[in-house]
Amino acid sequence: MAITQISLFLMNQPGQLVDAVEAISANGANIRAMSIAEANDFGILRAIVTDTDHIIRQLKDQFLITKTEVVAARMGDQSGSLLPILKTLNEANINIEYMYAFTGTGPDEAYVVLRVNDIITAEAVLNASGIQTLTDTSLKI
Amino acid sequence: MKRYYQPEIETAPREKILEIQNEKIVRQVRHVWDNVPYYRHLMEEKGVTPDDIKSVDDIRKLPFLSKADLRDAYPYGLLGTDLKNCVRIQSTSGTTGRRVVAFYTQKDIDLWEDCTARAIVAAGGTEEDVVQVCYGYGLFTGGPGLHGGSHKVGCLTLPMSSGNTERQIQFMMDLGTTILCCTPSYAAYIGESLAEQGYKPEDNKLKAGIFGAEPWTEEMRRQIEKSLGIKAYDIYGLTETSGPGVSFECEEQNGMHINEDHFYAEIIDPETGEVLPDGEKGELVFTSLDKEAFPLLRYRTRDICVLNRTPCSCGRTHVRMSKPMGRSDDMLIIRGVNVFPSQIETVLLKEGYTPNYQIVLDRERNTDTFDVYVEVGPDQFSDLMGQNQRMEKGLETALRTMLGIGPKVHLVAPKTITRSEGKAVRVIDRRKLHD
Repeated sequence: MAITQISLFLMNQPGQLVDAVEAISANGANIRAMSIAEANDFGILRAIVTDTDHIIRQLKDQFLITKTEVVAARMGDQSGSLLPILKTLNEANINIEYMYAFTGTGPDEAYVVLRVNDIITAEAVLNASGIQTLTDTSLKI
Repeated sequence: MKRYYQPEIETAPREKILEIQNEKIVRQVRHVWDNVPYYRHLMEEKGVTPDDIKSVDDIRKLPFLSKADLRDAYPYGLLGTDLKNCVRIQSTSGTTGRRVVAFYTQKDIDLWEDCTARAIVAAGGTEEDVVQVCYGYGLFTGGPGLHGGSHKVGCLTLPMSSGNTERQIQFMMDLGTTILCCTPSYAAYIGESLAEQGYKPEDNKLKAGIFGAEPWTEEMRRQIEKSLGIKAYDIYGLTETSGPGVSFECEEQNGMHINEDHFYAEIIDPETGEVLPDGEKGELVFTSLDKEAFPLLRYRTRDICVLNRTPCSCGRTHVRMSKPMGRSDDMLIIRGVNVFPSQIETVLLKEGYTPNYQIVLDRERNTDTFDVYVEVGPDQFSDLMGQNQRMEKGLETALRTMLGIGPKVHLVAPKTITRSEGKAVRVIDRRKLHD
């Protein structure tokens, strides 16, 4: 099922992140998780927001924005929780391009966002191992 | 010390020079009319025949030639003699589609080498000197031009070609080079390298340098003179007319004497093509008076400069041209390579980018830096950093292939390239090459 991540192209200079976050919040969306990848001249802001399609529509004139399907796998919020997820993907020979994590609203609830080369297989093997993955719908709640 | 290579012509009275020019232009126009159908056609279109050209005053009746003509006529269209009479070609640095191939008879080479010999003697060169030529050899005119002149003067010639600075320095120190010939940026680099190796300016035997093929400033001249302990002389030329030596500086270092017995110079208004009065700034136009194989008449150099006809205290009577102060087209000279912004646009469009870009030129350690900022579009942007960086590298490779010189590419967000009055600023040149 996967979830949708937005990626924004930002210049690597002061003020850029403020503009981006301001634009997201002005459109009423909550950022559930985010990470930044940086190169010399530019950076990529990757974020999981509520109401993705609305945000993309609202921001596309102001920012270079793209959407990507990623896996959000649930894990516990304690030592060692991430390991089973990584091992499962490894056994299925899935490569992880990048990842970042966020905690949920409940106790002992955390998620890892995974950008993988084969999203269908990744979700299938995770679910088969009893690891829950989020969907856009489940994320909004 | 010998002050002139050919004193009888270099210090000839003005009337004598004019006499020579008048005689040569009549002959040269006839030569072109008879042998270069391309130019004959241009003359016919303008309603001019060789009979209309009786002196250099009539040159303004002749049609111009531009780089576009050279491209149209590539490779043999402007050839003025049978190929069997030609002994060599030289070529420009060769940005794609605009390569110029110039042909030479033995006489053409001989006269060209006379010109560079005059420049070497003007820089103090005699048969006692050791001349290190580190202009590139090969298609580029720099190496062969100065090499030939050095032979004519009787100097010991070190045909080093460009690059391998360590070896350059070793030969320079071991063999006691006295005159260095290279681009000014390379001279500055050699100066820095010598200092880094612990040499002081007085440790070398250099006394003069003949530097050209790219724009440089008075400030750079002072820097080079100080770091190498020499007097630095400017030299000008272009492949289309022969190569370096069309004009050269004397000890006054105040303008370059044009070898007027071989080249007739005009300054025109680049917009109207009208000849401008002496002392006015405009585009430099050359007519070769002697060239047999590649006899260009009224060739527009696109270099903007001023002619100075006041007598020079060096004793030479030939007119002096200022350093080029700019270009009348949008051509950029980056590390000695000719670059047209339109070529960058072509690559961007071919690679699927929008043609929104900006070229930023600057100088670091006397070497040009060349950066191209390109706006990324939705089609190129990826959430994967590696993919974006591969795009940057890919674009760098494509640009290097097109231009013959590699820029650093920077991807920027859409609509971030500076626009002035709604029009994107394509070139920011911070090199301060013109005083």
